[in-house]
Amino acid sequence: MPDQEITRVQKLDFRVGQVMSRNVITVTPGAPLTELKEIMRVNRISGVPVVNEDGDLVGLISIEDLFRAYEDGAFHEFVGGRMSTSLITVQEADSVDAAMQKFQQTGVGRLPVLNAWGDLVGMLTKGDITRGLLREIQMDTQDEEICRYRASHIFRDVESDDTSLILRYKIPPLDFTHGGEASSKVKHALTRLGADMQIVRRAAIASYEAEMNLIIHADHGGLITAKVDASQVTLTIEDDGPGIADVKRALEEPGYTTTPPEIRAMGFGGGMGLKNIRKCADTMKLESEVGRGTKLEISLRLHSREAPGQKR
Amino acid sequence: MTVNEIVRALNLQVIAGAGTLNREITGGYSADLLSCVMARAKAGNVWVTLQAHPNVLAVAVLLELAAVIVSEGAPIPDEVKAKADAENLALLATPHTTFWVVSELARLGVQAQE
Repeated sequence: MPDQEITRVQKLDFRVGQVMSRNVITVTPGAPLTELKEIMRVNRISGVPVVNEDGDLVGLISIEDLFRAYEDGAFHEFVGGRMSTSLITVQEADSVDAAMQKFQQTGVGRLPVLNAWGDLVGMLTKGDITRGLLREIQMDTQDEEICRYRASHIFRDVESDDTSLILRYKIPPLDFTHGGEASSKVKHALTRLGADMQIVRRAAIASYEAEMNLIIHADHGGLITAKVDASQVTLTIEDDGPGIADVKRALEEPGYTTTPPEIRAMGFGGGMGLKNIRKCADTMKLESEVGRGTKLEISLRLHSREAPGQKR
Repeated sequence: MTVNEIVRALNLQVIAGAGTLNREITGGYSADLLSCVMARAKAGNVWVTLQAHPNVLAVAVLLELAAVIVSEGAPIPDEVKAKADAENLALLATPHTTFWVVSELARLGVQAQE
């Protein structure tokens, strides 16, 4: 798990300056420990950087140092005598990834952050990093939600008597490597447009089977057209040959296939494709002529069949 | 149960998608015929197959499967590994048979969703 988090941080290219706390509370070496205790209690912090009169960072004092002073009966002493002066710091421009490694290597709980001139500009804890990451993830989600909202309102926002969106995908023959990508895009588009998840899934399955049929069988590949309007999606899958010799068998006979053996060895051509499509679609029309080509048209209603309260 | 728990319990090799191993598994499915998988595997399922060509990934991604386990040590081409990484899909491998994998998964409580 920690490895994966680091990868995610690396991907975001987070800099320490983006996630650190900027309102740094500091103390001077001359401050009494009793005053430090109050500062920590009131601000609910467990470590404070120590700066001299010139504002230079000279040490760090933590709640552990306070406990130790208490145990030693030294609570009347001053910050300067109890602070830690072996300073581990990070730069504002350092990557969060590097800072995380520093946390892991040194075991410290907080790191003072310096700018390029060595001035103290912030403090960094693991909590700051977590909060920064969460903020970023939330922003990702929000962006996706905004896109989805805009897309799903397109049919309301754009006025016409009949608005539809046409998506076309060219499918080259025998391109198994990219097989399924058009269907993946159709699925993504429908999701963005706010269609019901189950319907998106059925559309994706039907589209995939049709796409693979073009790749496996069509002499020159073919074209998938998805027409989306407010109430349904219509997928038209066309090619210019070879055509299906026995449409009735292809549609109805389980296991009937004309797929060559070497392609069947890859797991295609079980004679199920068209049957799967029929199961997924609300309407289906298949026209084919040997030597001319095949045209398959299927449609799916985009929203659940019946409104709530209607008969099931 | 997460993908990672299965990886550990069955000592599977993680071929690609190492960043997605914390995904929750909803059930299991096994077949080598892609149309069967399309028709019956459910989102979040782990799919056991000895097919390892790029289209296996297309199917897994379209169905939003949690992981694909390639059985019998079937060779996995580099382009398949790269594609699985790009698609953020957990691609796992084992020298064992499909039947062995399925029975081990069942023992761990991964069920069919019919």
